[in-house]
Amino acid sequence: MATRLQFENNCEVGVFSKLTNAYCLVAIGGSESFYSIYEYELADVIPVVKTSIAGTRIIGRACAGNKNGLLVPHTTTDQELQHLRNSLPDSVVVQRIDERLNALGNHIACNDHVALAHTDLDRKTEELIADVLGVEVFRTTIAGNILVGTYCALSNRGGMVHPHTSIEELDELSTLLQVPLVAGTVNRGSDLIAAGMTVNDWTAFCGSDTTATELSVIENVFKLRKAQPSAIVDEMRKSLIDSYV
Amino acid sequence: MVEDQDAGMFNVKQTIGTVLCCRCGIKMQPNAANMCVSCLRSEVDITEGLQKHVVISHCPNCDRYLQPPKNWLKAQWESKELLTFCVKRMKNLNKVTLINAEFVWTEPHSKRIKVRLTIQKECLEKAYVVEYVQQDHLCESCSRVAANPDQWVASVQLRQHVSHRRTFFYLEQLILKHDAASKAIKIKQMHQGIDFFFGNRSHAVKFMEFLRSVVPTKSRDDKQLVSHDVKSSNYNYKYTFSVQISPVCREDLICLPRRLSSSLGNIGPLVVCTKVTNSIALLDPFTLRHCHLDSDQYWRHGFKSLMISRQLVEYIVLNIEITSPPMEAKIGGARYLLADAEVARLSDLGRNNNIFSVKTHLGHLLNTGDHALGYDLCAANSNNSELEKYKSSLEVPEVVLIKKSYEEAWQRKRGKPRKYKLKHLEMEVEDRARVDEEKERSDYEQFQRDIEENPELRFNLSLYRNKEYQEESEAGSMADDAAGCSSVGGAAC
Repeated sequence: MATRLQFENNCEVGVFSKLTNAYCLVAIGGSESFYSIYEYELADVIPVVKTSIAGTRIIGRACAGNKNGLLVPHTTTDQELQHLRNSLPDSVVVQRIDERLNALGNHIACNDHVALAHTDLDRKTEELIADVLGVEVFRTTIAGNILVGTYCALSNRGGMVHPHTSIEELDELSTLLQVPLVAGTVNRGSDLIAAGMTVNDWTAFCGSDTTATELSVIENVFKLRKAQPSAIVDEMRKSLIDSYV
Repeated sequence: MVEDQDAGMFNVKQTIGTVLCCRCGIKMQPNAANMCVSCLRSEVDITEGLQKHVVISHCPNCDRYLQPPKNWLKAQWESKELLTFCVKRMKNLNKVTLINAEFVWTEPHSKRIKVRLTIQKECLEKAYVVEYVQQDHLCESCSRVAANPDQWVASVQLRQHVSHRRTFFYLEQLILKHDAASKAIKIKQMHQGIDFFFGNRSHAVKFMEFLRSVVPTKSRDDKQLVSHDVKSSNYNYKYTFSVQISPVCREDLICLPRRLSSSLGNIGPLVVCTKVTNSIALLDPFTLRHCHLDSDQYWRHGFKSLMISRQLVEYIVLNIEITSPPMEAKIGGARYLLADAEVARLSDLGRNNNIFSVKTHLGHLLNTGDHALGYDLCAANSNNSELEKYKSSLEVPEVVLIKKSYEEAWQRKRGKPRKYKLKHLEMEVEDRARVDEEKERSDYEQFQRDIEENPELRFNLSLYRNKEYQEESEAGSMADDAAGCSSVGGAAC
């Protein structure tokens, strides 16, 4: 199910949070309401971790990750890195990478199997992505934009891209990613998809400006209507319990 | 994606897909706002930031609209100029494209003007109505007039210190022809002159320049402080230009001062003035030498005429002989021939035997038996200081003939309407008691005869056809003329 919320009156929730199948990162906000919504939805299933990256709150755009790992930029402080390593499950590898383009969330769009990367990323970074996240990496652009991380929101069930993407490109990307894709908008016609929403296999969170039409499109493409977390997350339960002890 | 293979042979066709409008959910092509056109139109108000309500100032007296800060624009109700003016008064209109503007009818007394503007911004069109409230506000010139209707700013006081008004009649016709007094608020006839009142100093100066080009003048100007705004240091003045026309007129006899005479090449001290424009043309009737004096030169000496045309006496030519060798001069298009003549006063004829032998410059015109007008110097008692100075060295002739007389012809035509008419300037007469009606009428009659006799004088004037003039009376007068001629011929012999 998709939820609509705001971070301190701002609808770009994908900037202030990062949602994957194994964990969820949220920014430290003035009021606890942002965190509590995530907790309400996810607390039983996956850990919800409050953090900052490089002292900033734009964690959704700074890091990129999936259930296998998390990549953080070189500007992350040691304390933040340690905090992340402590809070996240052991199966999740937290790696700090040295990359000139350090807003990793804007440059990398990934799910658990495949990732799209910015065309100018280092070779080394690409290898690291493949290693840490356990994905196949493709360098591509979306509708002529090189910031693939911003203009594409991916989950294992589906994906949404920039509204100006042509049909041929949609087909091509869809073949690469092996998931159904749709060109749509979020937050009342905004084309910054991944900044406006964050999604995993059973739930999605969108900015409160998102209209009903957009929400229905999101729910359709990411197949959120019938999704239940339990089936997907059972495999991860063991590792979670370990951390409690 | 574009694949370039051997100079871009294979280009993948890009089909833009459809997205759902974020508000209403209908399928549409993606655009900048990702909303369908109707949602966009209801969402976005392109008239935001544009004025809906504007105040304009209108002068009820002269029906003009204020374009700040100072310009007043004349425009009719619901005219094109008013529409342009209203659109110009709208601010921020440069951010959108104006497609159409038209008036919506409002009651004229409501003091509201409504204009419907159709504007376009980023492919969205919208028509909306702007209301202009018309506030009444007297413009500066109307308020000044209302405060004091006789208000003038500059005046030109034109004077000529002679006893006749011929120059002013001639000037009146010239002014009418050149439309020089069109900007005058008021024209007033004064003793020995005319006053012209203007609303603007530059109009007065322009009029003065015109006068300077047609008559020899001397002028001075003064100003009088009317009001003074301390804060803005604005001074309001009344300007007065005093213009004096030279008293020398056509056909006057002049005795030149000794110094002037010698500087002009010893032209005989007695000269006749033949023409007055912006310079004075003088002719020595005994030597046929001529010269011109322009206004500066004249005013440096400031001499007056010895005898004026009112003092002309009629003579009859008894005998006339062209001098041998014949002396001829062509001055300003007119031919003069020196001749010896024997003349007698018309009043003397039959009574006594006074015959004068004179030299005259009218040899080309006069024949025996003709009547001529001239100055009687032997009988005259002239009080002229210049003439006194010459006392011994100058031999004063007894008679100086000036022009041929057409007196009989005028006698016959007296009372009959003329073929042409002259226009008049609207003048206020200041003091009715002082004006001598009889004198004025005879002066005017003389002026009209002058222009009929002299084609060169007519050159600058406009004559209009007199509709009241009848052809039959012309025939009648012709017969009279014929009869009259023979009778005069008889009397002369």
